[in-house]
Amino acid sequence: MYIVIIGAGNVGYHLAKAVLSKGHEVLLIDRDATTLERIEDELGSISLKGDGCEANTLEEAGTARADLFVAVTDQDADNLVACQIAKHRFKVPRTIARMSDVKNDPLFKKLGVDVTVSSTILILQYIENQTTRPPLLTRLAVLRGSDREIVDVKIPPTSAAVGKKIRDISLPQNSLIILLIRQDERIQLPTPATALEAGDRVVVVGDRASEEGLHRALTGS
Amino acid sequence: MRVLIMGCSRVGAHLASLLETDGHEVTLLDVDPSSFGKLSHTFRGNALLGDGTDEDSLRRAGVEGMDAFIALTEGDNSNIMAAQIAKSVFNVPKVICRVYDPIREELYRELGLDTVCPTTLLAESLRKRL
Repeated sequence: MYIVIIGAGNVGYHLAKAVLSKGHEVLLIDRDATTLERIEDELGSISLKGDGCEANTLEEAGTARADLFVAVTDQDADNLVACQIAKHRFKVPRTIARMSDVKNDPLFKKLGVDVTVSSTILILQYIENQTTRPPLLTRLAVLRGSDREIVDVKIPPTSAAVGKKIRDISLPQNSLIILLIRQDERIQLPTPATALEAGDRVVVVGDRASEEGLHRALTGS
Repeated sequence: MRVLIMGCSRVGAHLASLLETDGHEVTLLDVDPSSFGKLSHTFRGNALLGDGTDEDSLRRAGVEGMDAFIALTEGDNSNIMAAQIAKSVFNVPKVICRVYDPIREELYRELGLDTVCPTTLLAESLRKRL
């Protein structure tokens, strides 16, 4: 893959190094010549000095043949504009923008950035998982572009669901148990007739809004 | 008309006075308090501290009730981002954005943004005077 990276700060440098080691072709663009010199001493000629939001620079970088365009400067506005130019002028199939302000997430997506990455959001999600999530329920993923999530729920011995068939447990609407892991680690595909046992773990797809209801239905006594 | 101007640059301050003379209600938004020193002493509108690329700042500046939003900071990308927020998040009816880089200006014009490029305007004007 040919990957163009805008911003040679810490994120850009480590990213360039990592994708190079995986055998991809990389070009790192930054306005600061000194930073680029230091990086080239270590990684070879992989950089271009210039403004990643300027069409001329991107032209010189051969952005039109890039498979992936990644903007990781520390300025949200610069990352947004660089990605929009890559997308609309150079038709890069996939653009990724680093984002500091979590509020910008819906905006960036609406304006055509394919993927947003924010360490703020990752850390926030971790804190949420640690503090407000009941310990029996862990959120595994949020389905992209929807209000659905996938959670992992451990069935405690005190749960009213123990011994019940799945069809007899009243789960919130739009919830589906998609996988069952027995206490002895056996994996099963659940059917409506499968009965839950204490110590089971179930993986459930459901609406984010009804997470508390799901938690009650599967773990409540 | 209620107009929100982002960036109390020379142009921003001058435009604020002109619009006020025309009877419009003007609010200025800038991250640098000293920038408000450029405003005419007769200016009666609001001058607020805030970053126009931040939705919360825009909301505090009353963007939701504005008839027009004009982005006039020195940074093309900040102007472009703020104008897109005003347009696509807050649905401000008239949004204008200054972009110094002619190529970037052309691209965003194609994408539907109402843009002004001082670089091409000045070059054209100088060419006509020779």
